[in-house]
Amino acid sequence: MYRDQIIDLYENPLNFGSLEPSDFTYEEDNPLCGDVIRIYVRVDDDNRIADVRWSGVGCAISQASASLLTEDIKGKTLDEIKAYSKEDLLELLGIQLSMTRIKCALLSLKVLKAGVYGMPDPQELRK
Amino acid sequence: MMMLDAKVIRNDFPILLKEVHRDKQLVYLDSAATSQKPQAVIEAMNGYYRNYNSNVHRGIHRLSEEATTAYEGARERIANFINAPDPACVIFVRNTTEALNLIAYSWGRRNIGAGDEILLTEMEHHSNIVPWQLLAEEKGAVVRYVPFTEAGLLDLPKFHEYLTERTKLVSFASMSNVFGTINPSKEIVKATHDIGALAVIDGAQSVPHLPVDVQDFDCDFLAFSGHKMCGPTGVGVLYGKRALLEEMPPFLGGGDMIRRVQLDGSTWNDLPWKFEAGTPGIAEGIGLGAAVDYLSNIGMGAIHAYEQFITGYALEALSEVKGIRVLGPGAAQKGGVAAFTIDGVHPHDISQLLDEDGVAIRAGHHCAMPLHQKLSIPASARASFYLYTTTEDIDRLVTGLNRVRKVFRLD
Repeated sequence: MYRDQIIDLYENPLNFGSLEPSDFTYEEDNPLCGDVIRIYVRVDDDNRIADVRWSGVGCAISQASASLLTEDIKGKTLDEIKAYSKEDLLELLGIQLSMTRIKCALLSLKVLKAGVYGMPDPQELRK
Repeated sequence: MMMLDAKVIRNDFPILLKEVHRDKQLVYLDSAATSQKPQAVIEAMNGYYRNYNSNVHRGIHRLSEEATTAYEGARERIANFINAPDPACVIFVRNTTEALNLIAYSWGRRNIGAGDEILLTEMEHHSNIVPWQLLAEEKGAVVRYVPFTEAGLLDLPKFHEYLTERTKLVSFASMSNVFGTINPSKEIVKATHDIGALAVIDGAQSVPHLPVDVQDFDCDFLAFSGHKMCGPTGVGVLYGKRALLEEMPPFLGGGDMIRRVQLDGSTWNDLPWKFEAGTPGIAEGIGLGAAVDYLSNIGMGAIHAYEQFITGYALEALSEVKGIRVLGPGAAQKGGVAAFTIDGVHPHDISQLLDEDGVAIRAGHHCAMPLHQKLSIPASARASFYLYTTTEDIDRLVTGLNRVRKVFRLD
């Protein structure tokens, strides 16, 4: 499961950081594991992802998945993001995951989709 | 006292002879979550289903009488195991969680009012926090938490300070499921009684590992689970002082807990059945009886002494792993638990990589989120030990942790 690429991405994540300003941002945690991921997205005039960053903490699987996902979605339209499936992301990760670890791998996609669908940002709600 | 031989004990547990991941002998270091079961317990439960499966208490036929005798016999032996003065004070429930909820609903709803204080500690398991929060919310009561020190010990001066005339109930784990800290139960109970409050002990971790004597502790209630002490899942115990249990209203209503039911009202059965509505886990109760026999034959003193040895061995061995931080006090003050973090690796990744070596530990917050929040860590890894844990198991854990460091390029 811990092939070199996963560890590489854990050590040197892609698209890590924040975007100010961004068109939308969203964060969610998985309180059971303590994983947390926030995604910032900028969209161009054609509704395509112009830029994306993410920040967070968590296990190697959740962190590598966020790197791979954010790299993969650049240039995609918001409709394409809505159609982006769990299988697409798992295929990108390319590792066999047990039932309990799949939710680590999918946290970044859950956060991205919630942002695309315009969920109110939980942090904003808390303010 | 001769130290017990874990290598011999292991032969009583069929699952420990199993291999995981093809050729790796299982190293089971997750007994604080649930213990493995000896053959004697598995056979006692099978024996019930094979030979005398029948409902208990009211059947006027041979099988029902055998089942009732076995089930009530288990209750008597469990009562002896914790030195309860009377088996009627031993109520079968599903687990520690249900036992604590029973106290909160049945005793709490009658006796807790607005402004009253319920005193817990910051090292509690969620099951000894949430029922009291629900009760406090309903009644306008206040839940307070005794902090723990940097060493993972209960802050006793703070405990005495928080204990006031507003305190109506103190509920605490006599052993922490993360730190392993063994709390001074007698001292806490005595101080609680001195101000006229009730003392509840969450014995989920202590009853499986230490000699427990409810009359010596003088606690008002003791809650524990069967599955952490070599027994089956689905059965636990609430011990309560007789006078309190007599006064408390029933928790769940239904069959078995009534004396007489009429359309305009009902009267309740005697203890302990007043609190045991519906068909209970019969095989589970019998299984827990067999578990108590198994542990008693070895002796809880011997089990505790062995666990002190193996915990000391483990803490020593773990201290050799670079970047490790073991939570809680040293071996002298704790039971068989070592929760830890390793700089640069998330606990889930630690656990996943150890699993590849056949080593089962736990990773997460272990149902103790407030404890982890206070330490500012999202989670921890936890290895926990029991009477069947060998020094070889610990060595395999340490070898595995050093491999984790290599995979994560920390060396």
